[in-house]
Amino acid sequence: MQSLADAFRAAFGLVVGLDPDLLAIVGLSLWVSGTSLVLASLIGLPAGAALALTRFPGRRLVIVLVNALMGLPPVVVGLLVYLVLSRAGPLGGLGWLFTPKAMIVAQWLLITPIVMALSRQVVEDLWAEYAEQLASLGASPLRAIPTLLWDGRYSLFTTVLAGFGRAVGEVGAVIVVGGNIAHATRVMTTAIALETSKGDLPLALGLGFVLLGVAVAVNAAAALVREIGARQEGQSWRS
Amino acid sequence: MAELGDTSSILPLRLEGVGFRAGDQQLLRDVSTDFEAGAPTVVLGPNGAGKSLLLRIAHGLLDPTRGTVRTVGGASPRDPAARRRQAMVFERPVLLRRSAAANVSYALALAGVGRAERPARVAKALARTGLKTLAERSARVLSAGEKQRLALARAWALEPELLFLDEPTAALDPAATAAIESLIGAIASAGTKIVMTTHDLGQARRVAGEILFVHRGVLVERGPASRFFQRPQSDAARAFIQGELVWD
Repeated sequence: MQSLADAFRAAFGLVVGLDPDLLAIVGLSLWVSGTSLVLASLIGLPAGAALALTRFPGRRLVIVLVNALMGLPPVVVGLLVYLVLSRAGPLGGLGWLFTPKAMIVAQWLLITPIVMALSRQVVEDLWAEYAEQLASLGASPLRAIPTLLWDGRYSLFTTVLAGFGRAVGEVGAVIVVGGNIAHATRVMTTAIALETSKGDLPLALGLGFVLLGVAVAVNAAAALVREIGARQEGQSWRS
Repeated sequence: MAELGDTSSILPLRLEGVGFRAGDQQLLRDVSTDFEAGAPTVVLGPNGAGKSLLLRIAHGLLDPTRGTVRTVGGASPRDPAARRRQAMVFERPVLLRRSAAANVSYALALAGVGRAERPARVAKALARTGLKTLAERSARVLSAGEKQRLALARAWALEPELLFLDEPTAALDPAATAAIESLIGAIASAGTKIVMTTHDLGQARRVAGEILFVHRGVLVERGPASRFFQRPQSDAARAFIQGELVWD
């Protein structure tokens, strides 16, 4: 095995040299997590807003459940999706198991509760401020949902990015339903796990750099959006 | 039953035996009055008298725990057709995170004003309130006085028959207060019935045609402003006018 310094040097070379294998893995990672994020947002944002604005028996229980689902263990989600998509499972006929589609489904399940729970909180806080004014203007709670989602856009973008961070960094779900097949379902996290156990530290480290870079970029984007939002609000963001 | 697009009058709006109880606190007790077309009605009284609560009930934001609020046609103020004939401006207006013009346009859209008709009505409302040059400014960065003017512009654009104002100048400096009071005068002259709360005697003298004096949740006195200030009928009103009754 090479020394650690050599591994770092080789990893750096892979990243800077835009190694095709590495690029393919990074690309699939971003595609799978990005798609699950879009799907999770399509469901989670309106559902979270609806949960914030409606009152029905058992609402508190639903909120507790959704909050609890934020902490779903990825490997358990992977197992459930595996059971449903496996040949003997109810959706086995789709043939999605061990394809990126199964990975998208698993990550979608994983992050929808996150987007939903966080957006419920954001929208509920806004609603406390807006409820009387919107009622006075004649907006029903249903009509208020798009208004509140739009007015909460800066905070909601941060919650959506939290979902992305969770998806792109998890390994348990995608390895169970994707199988970590080279050039097919291998993403950054599963590749890092595999290459580390094989002793191919340069590739593992290179991917680790990229994953860290993605995390930094996501946080930078969140900070930037908060700053833009604060300027729109006329408040100092340096508080 | 009111039909869609019904423009029949909601005035006079009649409150009958209105009471409001929260827990074991009786916040309003047996308030009966009419809001009639004409000069502004000012609901006057010390802090905590129940003035804002009375406005919210009359506007249909809250249901009274006793009594009724009915338009002249017998509709509840929550009825959609009745809702479109009235508007309310709050002490701290809630403005949406969009431009000043878009805030007005949003209210018009909710009121069912067609897309084609909105820009002209937005422009008119902003011009009448002196906000023309701020039309594209984000509503949230306006000054407190500008925000309240925008809230008035938004309400006025709806061309309501009845406009409730809840302590519209309590958070403003004297210059901004003067601007808001002159706007209130303009809105009233244009034919909208104003019902506003204030705890500010000077403002009540400047604005009111009629006074409702509320004390400890009870409507103590109702009458023309001139008579109220010269010859108040109740001890509580007399004390309030002399500045002795600041707290409930």
